[in-house]
Amino acid sequence: MTLALQSFQNALPSTLEQGFIYALMALGVLMTYHILDFPDLTVDGSFPLGGAVGSSLIVSGAPPAAALLAALAAGAAAGLVTGLIHVKLKIRALFSGIIVMTALYSVNLRIAGGSALISIPRDKVTLFRNNALVSALPEGAATLVIAVVMALAVKALMDLFFKTRLGCLLRAAGDNGRVVTALGRDVGNVKILGLMMANALVALSGAVLCQQQRLFEISMGTGATVLSLASVIIGVNLFQRLERMRATTKAIVGALLYKACYSLAIALGLLPGDMKLVTAALFLAILAVGYRKRKGAPADA
Amino acid sequence: MLELKEIRLVYNPGTAREKCLFDGFGLRVPDGQFVSIVGSNGSGKTSLLNLICGTILPQGGHVRMDDRDITAWPEHRRLRRIGRIHQNPAAGTCAGMTLLENMSLADSKFKRMNLMPGTDRRKVQGYREQLRQMGLGLEDMLHQRAGSLSGGQRQALAMAMCVLTPIEFLILDEHTAALDPKTADTIMELTDRLVRERRLTALMVTHNLRYATSFGNRLVMMHQGGVVLDRAGAKKAATRLEDVLGLFTDISVELGN
Repeated sequence: MTLALQSFQNALPSTLEQGFIYALMALGVLMTYHILDFPDLTVDGSFPLGGAVGSSLIVSGAPPAAALLAALAAGAAAGLVTGLIHVKLKIRALFSGIIVMTALYSVNLRIAGGSALISIPRDKVTLFRNNALVSALPEGAATLVIAVVMALAVKALMDLFFKTRLGCLLRAAGDNGRVVTALGRDVGNVKILGLMMANALVALSGAVLCQQQRLFEISMGTGATVLSLASVIIGVNLFQRLERMRATTKAIVGALLYKACYSLAIALGLLPGDMKLVTAALFLAILAVGYRKRKGAPADA
Repeated sequence: MLELKEIRLVYNPGTAREKCLFDGFGLRVPDGQFVSIVGSNGSGKTSLLNLICGTILPQGGHVRMDDRDITAWPEHRRLRRIGRIHQNPAAGTCAGMTLLENMSLADSKFKRMNLMPGTDRRKVQGYREQLRQMGLGLEDMLHQRAGSLSGGQRQALAMAMCVLTPIEFLILDEHTAALDPKTADTIMELTDRLVRERRLTALMVTHNLRYATSFGNRLVMMHQGGVVLDRAGAKKAATRLEDVLGLFTDISVELGN
């Protein structure tokens, strides 16, 4: 047990780093799942899409900022396709996501030049290595600081956005689509916009993660949807009573908690290959607990 | 002016459950008219409203708004000029947003949906005033979520949102049916006042024959996809509850109810 604790402690910096990076994805999924009420499976494809786009640009010598912007754009494009399929062809949300997710696997492989792996050499300029920012930060803490700042910046931007007219319209679309129609707006277009923003964030998260671990792998998206949904639902369910706490904060804390559970399971001797099972069990547990709570509570008026 | 012309509407076309509701149906509502529409279940009242709003599309015929053919317009485009209040008080508001946010949303109907602040502090007093006129205490609840309101309050909020923008037509779909009798009366009187003050052209579907006879200046009774009674102006004013009730019962008996 002490050994497990020891190894959990050793992994803590990397747990936190990845927790904040996954938080970017959780913030994206918060937008679709929590705000728009849209179950978006595109995430399994757009997460590695960001990784593939970002990593291949980094390897070819592009600056990290360009790699991240390209990842954002690629993710937005993926969300656009899912949205168009859902809204214009009137295909169910789940199927639209599955179709795009499946197609993206091949697209990602193409972007990665046909190989299932891209490793980023140590001497390349990435967000976390060989740049002026990193050398200005204390050694060892640079990665964490950058990850935290990114997650908090995105969170702050989202909080601001949800208070704008467009942000309110997006919230309205998830809350009650009929109100959006009554405002003379096409609720479909609002959904498409939300999907674009969400998947842009998911792809950003993928690109940042690849730079942190200096590795892109084609299968990194498997389970990304479940993982980020689990993060969002952990956060939202756990802090249900804290009405004043913003959903974006809940999503970030959820992502950190998820990542902590993950590290703990590894420290306890489970293998990385077992982790999908752990994720599934964790997700199930949260949903089951949330459901029991709801049954006891009075129905939402 | 709203007009339905030679409308043909078939539900479940091409299946065993195919049912033709309207065949050659027509109704013309001139500006300033407040039409009460009554009729038994399945007579086509709500379908008529859905056809006007574009929620459903006819298989044949035309929908006109003033001099324009709007048959091909999507619902959201029509609703720029039409306000609609549903039977379910939850349908017209966003439960998770505050009253202020709901009012602000409605207020932004004809503004650009950009990154300007969603709520404008300078407008708060105006919203408060609008809500005060509803007479249900909503003016003191601006920072509460709409989901915490009672059915009547929520319907009043929906109406306040509806008339915050310059709509010309008001569609009321059994909008008092889910409310208790006293609140229903309050909402009905509010509706009548708004229609008069704003000079709206209104269509109200209701099961309440008392409302149908005492409010509005035209009464239409529908039965199996057709109009069986249509009285406007002085003839409508002279129509008493008993007359309508009598006809309503006759039709029901004929149906074997």
